[in-house]
Amino acid sequence: MSDVRASMAGTVFQVLVAVGDSVQAGQDVVVLESMKMEVPVTSESSGTVREVRIAVGDFVNEEDVLVVLD
Amino acid sequence: MVRKLFIANRGEIACRIQRTCKRLGIPTVAAYSDADKDALFVQQADESVHIGPPPVSASYLNIEAIVAGAVKTGADAIHPGYGLLSENADFAEAVRAAGLVFVGPPVEAMRAMANKVEARQRMQAAGLPIVPGSTGGVDSPEDAVLVANRIGYPIMLKASSGGGGIGMQIVRSDDELKKAFAGNSARAKSYFGDGQLFLEKYVEHPHHVEIQVFFDQMGNGIYLGDRECSIQRRHQKVVEEAPSPFVPTSLMETMGEAAVRAAASIGYVGAGTFEFLVDANLSYYFLEMNTRLQVEHPVTEQIAGVDLVEWQLAIASGQALPMRQSEVQLNGHSIEVRLYAEDPIRGLPSPGTLTRLDLPKDPAVRLEMGYRASDVVTPFYDPLLGKLVVTAETREGAVQLLQKALAQCRVEGIKTNLPRLVDIAKDPRFLEGVTTTDFLETMTLNDSVR
Repeated sequence: MSDVRASMAGTVFQVLVAVGDSVQAGQDVVVLESMKMEVPVTSESSGTVREVRIAVGDFVNEEDVLVVLD
Repeated sequence: MVRKLFIANRGEIACRIQRTCKRLGIPTVAAYSDADKDALFVQQADESVHIGPPPVSASYLNIEAIVAGAVKTGADAIHPGYGLLSENADFAEAVRAAGLVFVGPPVEAMRAMANKVEARQRMQAAGLPIVPGSTGGVDSPEDAVLVANRIGYPIMLKASSGGGGIGMQIVRSDDELKKAFAGNSARAKSYFGDGQLFLEKYVEHPHHVEIQVFFDQMGNGIYLGDRECSIQRRHQKVVEEAPSPFVPTSLMETMGEAAVRAAASIGYVGAGTFEFLVDANLSYYFLEMNTRLQVEHPVTEQIAGVDLVEWQLAIASGQALPMRQSEVQLNGHSIEVRLYAEDPIRGLPSPGTLTRLDLPKDPAVRLEMGYRASDVVTPFYDPLLGKLVVTAETREGAVQLLQKALAQCRVEGIKTNLPRLVDIAKDPRFLEGVTTTDFLETMTLNDSVR
């Protein structure tokens, strides 16, 4: 099991995965937006999405867990 | 002269404009979103008007709310600052339709420069050299590949309606170009409402040098020297200086005279900036014209001994330029650094609360800040916190002042690029004045950043 965490504080701009999706290491799973910049958040490991903790428009802080993988 | 000025902007530039107004005795009105209700520029204004919720589309880009706010408060002129609506011709038109003065150029001149493809063609016709590239926009990846092969790689892919580096990417092969095309077009579409892209030959290791021009309504125009703005990240400037340590005076004068002729050809009025690339052989190429005040205007003010905001207001009121070209005197050397709320290594935004903000107290350091200690930096707007501007008789003197000033800064609560600025001010290439646009990408990270 591994977590994908926010690389910066900002708003969730896009959620690119859903529960049950299989994710490869290096794949973008969420896009955050802050200060006019869109930043993709990449999964560091491969796995299946067990939980998506955020939705488009949510505000997240740096290091918040966005997606949990099995 | 302007009787009451409505400032359609926020942060440091709103504070900057207010300072000149205070000196001239012109009351100011601040426009603010919910996110900025406690901001410095709102507290310093004589009056303020709420214009909407935090997202820029609902507030600082909300033309109706801004014009209504200006009318309601009895302002007779609107200053757009930079960014946001400053280069939006529809906004200028709406301001003037409401019977107010728009502190900026005529709508036709704004439109002529707004589309980068059209601007290239107009400026080439006006005698400015342009970077070899596509004649017009390119409509598809296939079309782009054809043009790219004619010009030769590397290629800079750009958005026709772009700005702020958005939708721009260097590509070095057909594959990279095809891969980059759709994404950049989509980004350009979402940011500028226009997904059209065009291609330019990528000039290797160029200097980004710009010329400040100023025109009055009677058609008199002058240039106020150059600015070296090559130290950039993501095509946005971080350090700017005047004069350019790279460009010889004779070339600066050639570019300046060419820029004045080009601006005259579109009936320009007010403050404008011609951005050029200058290559190692001192060939220069027109990039784009910014039809507004630049973020880095203070370095020009410092060496020319003028207040460009005052000039803008005077010219918008119909007054003549206060000096002729022969009266322009540039003295000394000035350097500006931009303090951004961002991670110094990765460059990612870092909103939060400024728990500490210590700045140099030396009067020789000009501070242009949009925030104070304990202010909240929200995620909604540009990460620029403010700027430090140092000026001395020589470049060496200015660099020394800069090093000293940066050493006196302390910022806590959020991450900033301060450690990176400290390293730049000590970088051997910077000390020698050898700065090209790949400066930051090729910079060795020192201990202060790590």
